[in-house]
Amino acid sequence: MKAAVITFPGSNCDMDMYHALESFDVDVDLLDDQASDLSAYDAIFIPGGFSYGDYLRSGAVAKFSPAMDAVKVAAENGQLVVGICNGFQILTEAGLLPGQLLVNEQPGFICDEVNLVVENPDSNFTNTMSKGDVLKVPIAHGEGNYVTDEVTLKELEDNHQVIFRYQENVNGSMNKIAGITNKAGNVYGMMPHPERAVDALTGNDSGRAFFESLLHAVDQKARA
Amino acid sequence: MYLAKIYVTYKPSILDPQGVVIKSALERLEYQGIEDVSQGKYFQVKLTGADKAAVAKEVESLVEELLINHNTETYTYDLEEI
Repeated sequence: MKAAVITFPGSNCDMDMYHALESFDVDVDLLDDQASDLSAYDAIFIPGGFSYGDYLRSGAVAKFSPAMDAVKVAAENGQLVVGICNGFQILTEAGLLPGQLLVNEQPGFICDEVNLVVENPDSNFTNTMSKGDVLKVPIAHGEGNYVTDEVTLKELEDNHQVIFRYQENVNGSMNKIAGITNKAGNVYGMMPHPERAVDALTGNDSGRAFFESLLHAVDQKARA
Repeated sequence: MYLAKIYVTYKPSILDPQGVVIKSALERLEYQGIEDVSQGKYFQVKLTGADKAAVAKEVESLVEELLINHNTETYTYDLEEI
């Protein structure tokens, strides 16, 4: 698998993602947000952080970078696009995923490990898991409160686009949503950080299942 | 030249956690009769254009393209010649 991690000014989880992918022997390139051609990559990762200082709104400025134009092309081509934390915020601002991440319902920045429950085990990101499986994954955000309109929320549920829910609703998200895909299933965003939970040495490697699923999906696609 | 004063607020259907916290702080300070608080954003944009109508159109365009997120936010603005 060939992967790209895009570093925006203010990204701070890009190297975590880079090392996580390397630990699965993925051929990974670190690109900046001026990259204009992403056609060579099976999967493109938009990492966490504070792109453009979170000025105006989280992700609101990053969406106009050349790399995001290339990400839109990649998404249309069916390549996998994954946004973690600020990456999720950027994908919603860019219109590649519906909804928006607002400030947490309970005041403050949350830095913790939380349980995620697998809602849809048939996605590109959960295909090695079962419905109801619980993954303990780090979170670190002040704006993770997923909000959308009632019609879109129903569509997300009806189309099985909700991939993970929080076991406890830590940030006020509608329907405890932690991670969603687009309708086609190739663009995915989540607030939690599986890339920070890939090495047993750090006390938690439950994020590995996420990457194993993604690798499996890319492998299956290559065989098809 | 024109000055646009742009006020961005959450749509009424959106719970504004910051407004709720500010309201509770005001109540702790014993301000009586606080019914509701919502926190928004205020922008001042200076810009030029052919006439006021053209500038107003430009303001609406830039607000809708960048300054607000249509999921949760709405806006009003005042425009004056300076």
